[in-house]
Amino acid sequence: MTPVLGAALVALTAVSLYAILGGADFGGGVWDLFASGSHRRAQRDAISNAIGPVWESNHVWLIFAIVALFTCFPPAFADIGANLSTPLTLALLGIVMRGAAFVFRNHASDTLAAARSWTAIFGAASIIAPFFLGDAAGAIATGHYAWTSPFALSAGVFAVALCAQIAAVFLVRETSHDPALRGDFRRRAVRATLAVWVAGLVPALLAHQSEPALFAALVGPTARIAIASAMLLGIVVMLLIANHRDTFARVAVGAEALAVLAGWFGAQAPNLIPGRWTFQSAAASPAMLNAFLISTAIGALFLIPSLALLFSTFKGHGGGSDAAQRRR
Amino acid sequence: MDHVIAARALMGTSLAFHIVFAALGVGLPLLVFAAEGLWLRTKRRAYYDLARTWAKGMAILFVVGAMSGTVLAFELGLLWPTFMKYAGGIIGLPFSLEGFAFFIEAIFIGIYLYGWERLSPVAHWLSGLPIVVSGALSAAFVTTANAWMNMPTGFRIVNGAVVDVDPIAAMLSPPWLVEVLHTTLAAYVVTGFGAAAVCAFALLRRSAEDRREQVYAGLTIAMIVASIAIPLQWIVGDEIARFDAEHEPAKFASLEVLFHTRRHAPITIGGIVHGDTVRYGIEIPSALSLLVAYDPNAEVKGLDRVAPEDRPPVAAVHYSFDTMVGSASLLLLVAIVWTIAALRKRVPAKPLLIGIAVCGPLSVVAMEAGWFVTEFGRQPWIARGLLRTSDAATVAPGVDLQFYGFAIVYVILAATCWWLLRRVGTKDHAA
Repeated sequence: MTPVLGAALVALTAVSLYAILGGADFGGGVWDLFASGSHRRAQRDAISNAIGPVWESNHVWLIFAIVALFTCFPPAFADIGANLSTPLTLALLGIVMRGAAFVFRNHASDTLAAARSWTAIFGAASIIAPFFLGDAAGAIATGHYAWTSPFALSAGVFAVALCAQIAAVFLVRETSHDPALRGDFRRRAVRATLAVWVAGLVPALLAHQSEPALFAALVGPTARIAIASAMLLGIVVMLLIANHRDTFARVAVGAEALAVLAGWFGAQAPNLIPGRWTFQSAAASPAMLNAFLISTAIGALFLIPSLALLFSTFKGHGGGSDAAQRRR
Repeated sequence: MDHVIAARALMGTSLAFHIVFAALGVGLPLLVFAAEGLWLRTKRRAYYDLARTWAKGMAILFVVGAMSGTVLAFELGLLWPTFMKYAGGIIGLPFSLEGFAFFIEAIFIGIYLYGWERLSPVAHWLSGLPIVVSGALSAAFVTTANAWMNMPTGFRIVNGAVVDVDPIAAMLSPPWLVEVLHTTLAAYVVTGFGAAAVCAFALLRRSAEDRREQVYAGLTIAMIVASIAIPLQWIVGDEIARFDAEHEPAKFASLEVLFHTRRHAPITIGGIVHGDTVRYGIEIPSALSLLVAYDPNAEVKGLDRVAPEDRPPVAAVHYSFDTMVGSASLLLLVAIVWTIAALRKRVPAKPLLIGIAVCGPLSVVAMEAGWFVTEFGRQPWIARGLLRTSDAATVAPGVDLQFYGFAIVYVILAATCWWLLRRVGTKDHAA
């Protein structure tokens, strides 16, 4: 494996893990905003408990992806920064307000007005951030940073739907201690999966209309298989959720998100920014790439056990909420 | 607003905001770790309550630090694309290592904050240790990138292209050690005095009469950290000054307002910088030569050795430097008085408590001023001798709008943070 390929794989892994884990946390915010029915309060508590211990480390995948990009592919990073400043700034504002609002509202929970406004900001920011990240990703895929194009905007909508789907499926498992609550999230998971299916077709159709090169790549040999798998996995997720196979559903939705990303990466490969930079042409010096890969290997030695400890402490044996813990 | 000014204003504001939370993010885990450790050892409730209170503050401050740090990661690309195009492939290594340190920090913050009831007391206490270590490490790694900007090393330029990149040499550019020590100590100074000031303020206002033991314990732990860190900071600061005199003469001459190279160079405190002169300053004859080379007759390089277009904004550097040193002097004085009182086992008297309460904000002033010294002192360069700040800024439109937008966000975050921290400090956390 060449250093360029290694660095590209590390960067894409970071992007993928952020999309799934960070995406689930954004999706939690979406469901927080749309909390409804008689268990509204319990839904919000379940979301808070599920996100609370892990969202900050999930967020670091984004930082790591940025660092990997500017360390290993600096001209591409500079190019993106210079051309996508508006959607990325809006995404950034969403990310910042989401994070701050989540902690602020938890610490202000006994002051109704403050808790309400921060809860509203938390929900709204949880939509804004993935929307503009998805939009920026779509803009990169077009190769001409067309972030206001219908295609890129529809990619943003798709990203929000995907986040909501992942979160709902995860939350079904998180609420296994409370059948009523679990039922709420089960319904949401099914609806969100349908939404992802529909929202996923729109960018494809728009690409067919306005981005011929991109569409050709999307139906090309690599991307085609990934996208077909994603669509199939969507159906699998729905069947698993309907049949109460929550743990398998969780795996399937992760695989579905990975397949979506593989479709995007596959359509672009070997381009980092189509028509502008390939991974090869944007790559830093071999010395830098090697240093990055070695530091990643060393870092992983610390990171993997730490992550294992985090997730086994809070996501271990079904129904990870503190409420469940107290009831035991 | 000119696009370079707008980019600098936004980056400067973001850094000035982030650095406070970053410093507290490095220092607070140590205080929490100490408090919980003392609880495990003594089983005294006051230490447990103190650890829980500080941990709540840490949770709020950490998230604002993490979010403002994310802003900076984006802004590197959004505001300085030309800089990152050159520098990313040279100085990326410490950022990658910082990424892992931040990862470990965030993971264990999650375990620590949500694990009070899930882990055994000792395991919970130990889960605080990685936060202490990785917090300090992540600050250290980022600081090495700043050291590189002051003295870029680890590459060659051939026909305008960067070649022969040596990532390790870039990370360990000559100023790395002194800068890392200076930044890390600053974090402990700010956290120590900051936390002590909160306790002193509570004692002065008698707002925590029911928790006096907890507040005194907090004051003592925080002042121990501050009183160890501040004298060390003076020693390291002195080393940096000598380093700058030799390796960063433009910065050094600016902070000491030395316009002309000379022997028996004086130290000038305050004064009004006007063109190539400084008026009404207090001059200590030969002191600068003595400090730099331990010899009053030693020659010190002045700004006349620096091409006019390569000179930093002298007044800004000089006043920032005087502010830093002046504040740090008061911090040192208060630390000494407190140490003497503590060694004599005296309860801090009211004037000392007032002094400590003032030192909280003053330590932040000192840190910000020190940051201004190094950043203004490096101008007009973003990477000294390699790339000018004006050539590195983005030409994308709307940076001024971003500046106003983020300024509003920072005000909201700071105000909410302040309000929440006050509640954490005044609420009873026995539950």
